[in-house]
Amino acid sequence: MGELIRLEGIVKSFDDTVVLKGIDLSVEENEFVTLLGPSGCGKTTTLRIIGGFVRPDEGRVFFDGKDITDMPANQRPVNTVFQNYALFPHMNVGENIAFSMRVKNKPEAYIKDKIKYALKLVNLDGFESRRIDQLSGGQQQRIAMARAIVNEPRVLLLDEPLGALDLKLRQEMQYELVRLKKELGITFLYITHDQEEALTMSDKVVVMNEGYIQQEGSPEEIYDEPVNAFVADFIGDSNILSGLMVDEKLVRINDIDYPCIDGSEQGFPPRTPVDVVIRPEDIEIKPYGKGLFNGTIISKLFIGVHYEMLVQSEDGEIEWLLQNYDQHDVGEKIGMYVRPENIQIMQKPKSEAESAIELDI
Amino acid sequence: MIAKKRYAAPFIFWIIAGTVIPLISIAYYGFTSRSGGFTLANVAAMFRHDHMQALGLSLLLAFISTLICLIIAFPMAMVLRESKYGKQGFLIFVIILPMWMNFLLRTMAWQVLLERQGVINGLLGLFGLPHQELMNTPGAIILGMVYDFLPFMILPIYNTVSKIDSHLIEASYDLGATKFRTYTKVILPLSVPGIVSGITMVFIPALTTFVISNMLGGGKINLIGNIIEQEFTVNSNWYLGSGLSLVMMVFIILSMLLLRKFDKTGGENLI
Repeated sequence: MGELIRLEGIVKSFDDTVVLKGIDLSVEENEFVTLLGPSGCGKTTTLRIIGGFVRPDEGRVFFDGKDITDMPANQRPVNTVFQNYALFPHMNVGENIAFSMRVKNKPEAYIKDKIKYALKLVNLDGFESRRIDQLSGGQQQRIAMARAIVNEPRVLLLDEPLGALDLKLRQEMQYELVRLKKELGITFLYITHDQEEALTMSDKVVVMNEGYIQQEGSPEEIYDEPVNAFVADFIGDSNILSGLMVDEKLVRINDIDYPCIDGSEQGFPPRTPVDVVIRPEDIEIKPYGKGLFNGTIISKLFIGVHYEMLVQSEDGEIEWLLQNYDQHDVGEKIGMYVRPENIQIMQKPKSEAESAIELDI
Repeated sequence: MIAKKRYAAPFIFWIIAGTVIPLISIAYYGFTSRSGGFTLANVAAMFRHDHMQALGLSLLLAFISTLICLIIAFPMAMVLRESKYGKQGFLIFVIILPMWMNFLLRTMAWQVLLERQGVINGLLGLFGLPHQELMNTPGAIILGMVYDFLPFMILPIYNTVSKIDSHLIEASYDLGATKFRTYTKVILPLSVPGIVSGITMVFIPALTTFVISNMLGGGKINLIGNIIEQEFTVNSNWYLGSGLSLVMMVFIILSMLLLRKFDKTGGENLI
């Protein structure tokens, strides 16, 4: 496995708006990489730069070691699955899939076999002569995939391909995509604003905001060790609090000291102001007075698997978000405990990149 | 439902008074002889040599001017599609601008430009070049037709191409197609409804015009429109004029049906 795509210092503005403010990204061969971020974070522009539809103002794009910044889209060894599928409405399913092969003047027998193979791969056997407007959204999605993969690209760029589908179909298609990726053995660069989708499917997640990359890492790293408040907030519900390191591996939040596992070695020496993330499922409920801190349950919601509760601290300063399988009543006074390893210490935003993001939360 | 149909009453009245009754009277005159009896002679008169010649010339000139309009209009429509929003409005304004002037005036302006002592020959003279006979030629008529009818070709084509999803064009490039192939395999096929509509809006008025051929052909070139007009005005032979008109109508209906074959949308854009 080597590096397949590399972006170096990509800057792009549209009119007066700077959309990408210096993107460096590396994608390994055969990786499933997801660009994740809210709308307007620049993820689609990044993908379009790799696809060849947008030219960066600054920076270079490398593919397999070669600079392809100035290569037109029709010569790039990548294919895109567009958000709205972009299937040609004046052609039937077979003609759509055959398009790229006819461009390359492949023999008709080869094209016919390849269409059959692609349709089988996306579970739409025998759909060759269907009209595009006869297909459902999910079927169009699969055809768009089929059309892109018959070209045998080394990278498939997917621009929120599941965005227009309903929840159940979306979850099914997530499995399909992972299966397809395995069968094809090619690199997927996927774009979404859905954190669950990103965590489910990817080998690597790249969180973007305001034209900057916030964090790159495996889904577990991104979830368990967010580098800043934006990433923590964007990847799932969390309690994000302001704290102060009072000793090695001891952080003070709202006058209560919590043992944690970070200290000088991790770059958080005593008297450093920090941001602290505690996931709602990591807060354990104890009898009143038996935990690290106490509070009163002020609301409770049943959301399927578990209960979600808001707990107000005794001095009224903090509202904790909790998720727990056990039922507790509103008004009940409880004690709470968090294991040291579940307290995630993060740097306070310093650079423009991070502080720009603070405002958004 | 029944109550709502009442709102269509003004339109229905308009259609009956303006289309149905005149059509019936043309049909009546067309199948009636001067003596008042039924006859097919007025209709059959289309096959007279001079009429056939005029019809042939009309078809030829209408075909050529429609083709020229199409060749000018399609790239223009694509330029419009690609231009920025503010510029787009201005360009459309410029295209429609000539239509604000009276049709006769516009055609007359070409007389001034093309005639023997006209602007163009004046300029040629300045450079010591010989005079050209520009007026009263088929070329002058084609020029007039193209000038007068071009907006009717640009607007429907622009209307269609502006609605083509740019992701489709990107998808074509993405799948390896060249610019040329993208035009022929994606943009052009998706523009067919607009092209068909534009052809109809240019070909039919060009086929039946008598004003342009009168003003720029100097009465020397007879198109089928001129012949029908003369039957009504000069010869006061409403019977023959109506008969020939009926044949032309059939002609136009046939050509529209033929065009519809190219338009997979089922001809909803046809007039």
